[in-house]
Amino acid sequence: MSQVMDYIEMKIPAKPEYVGVIRLTLSGIASRMGFTYEEIEDIKIAVSEACTNAVHHAYPNDEGGEVIVGFGIYEDKLETMVSDSGKSFNFTQKKNELGPYTEASTVEQLAEGGLGLYLIETLMDEVSVANHSGVTVFMVKYRSGERENHDTTISTQETN
Amino acid sequence: MRMNITIDKNQRDEEIVLLVAGEIDAYTAPKLREELLSLAEAGNKSITVNLQDVSYLDSTGLGVFVGIFKQLKANGGELRLIHLSDRLKRLFEITGLSNVMNISSTTEEGRQ
Repeated sequence: MSQVMDYIEMKIPAKPEYVGVIRLTLSGIASRMGFTYEEIEDIKIAVSEACTNAVHHAYPNDEGGEVIVGFGIYEDKLETMVSDSGKSFNFTQKKNELGPYTEASTVEQLAEGGLGLYLIETLMDEVSVANHSGVTVFMVKYRSGERENHDTTISTQETN
Repeated sequence: MRMNITIDKNQRDEEIVLLVAGEIDAYTAPKLREELLSLAEAGNKSITVNLQDVSYLDSTGLGVFVGIFKQLKANGGELRLIHLSDRLKRLFEITGLSNVMNISSTTEEGRQ
């Protein structure tokens, strides 16, 4: 396994206006690492979705929590961890409720929320989730050509 | 904090066209939803949204479009999303929304 070269951590108020700030930082990190434009846009969406989930699910009553975002920078990959320290939500259960809409989907079946977790799973190479006192979403994106198999698997750890 | 989004309205013949520019995320999506809902409530059966200058879109924005799409459709109207970049089009494709909603991309329009 490759060793982490550098680690960057940010802590933002659990408010939607700061999710864009994470995206700006992420763009800077990923472009310096040599990710392609497409890859950077994919990571931006996935990390934003995780941050948005943390903001919305962990702090529904605007109680003024914080979201911690950590970036592990490797030669061949970027690891991102998004953690809220507040209330948790059941990621796996939510994930199972989601998926792409098919041509058979009726208008009534279209959900207005909840596509976020599906996008995280689709856009990143590896995703895992830990439910402890809060929720931590851990995501990995490899630089193109660094890895053959890009199938994403989600593993969930319950650490109560 | 300042929102990185601008929304302009244009009446084109009988139809209202919304020109959206900037980022559609958890922060700005409520503003977009509000704008679309007020247009629907004002009696616009169909609405066209030009996404040409949208630099970022995630599930929050998709959710807004799904919501207004359902509402217009229920009233016999339609939501049309036009001038999608390849990036945006891909998002609608991987979520399957392109199978259900009326979208057209800049490249397709260029070929026509």
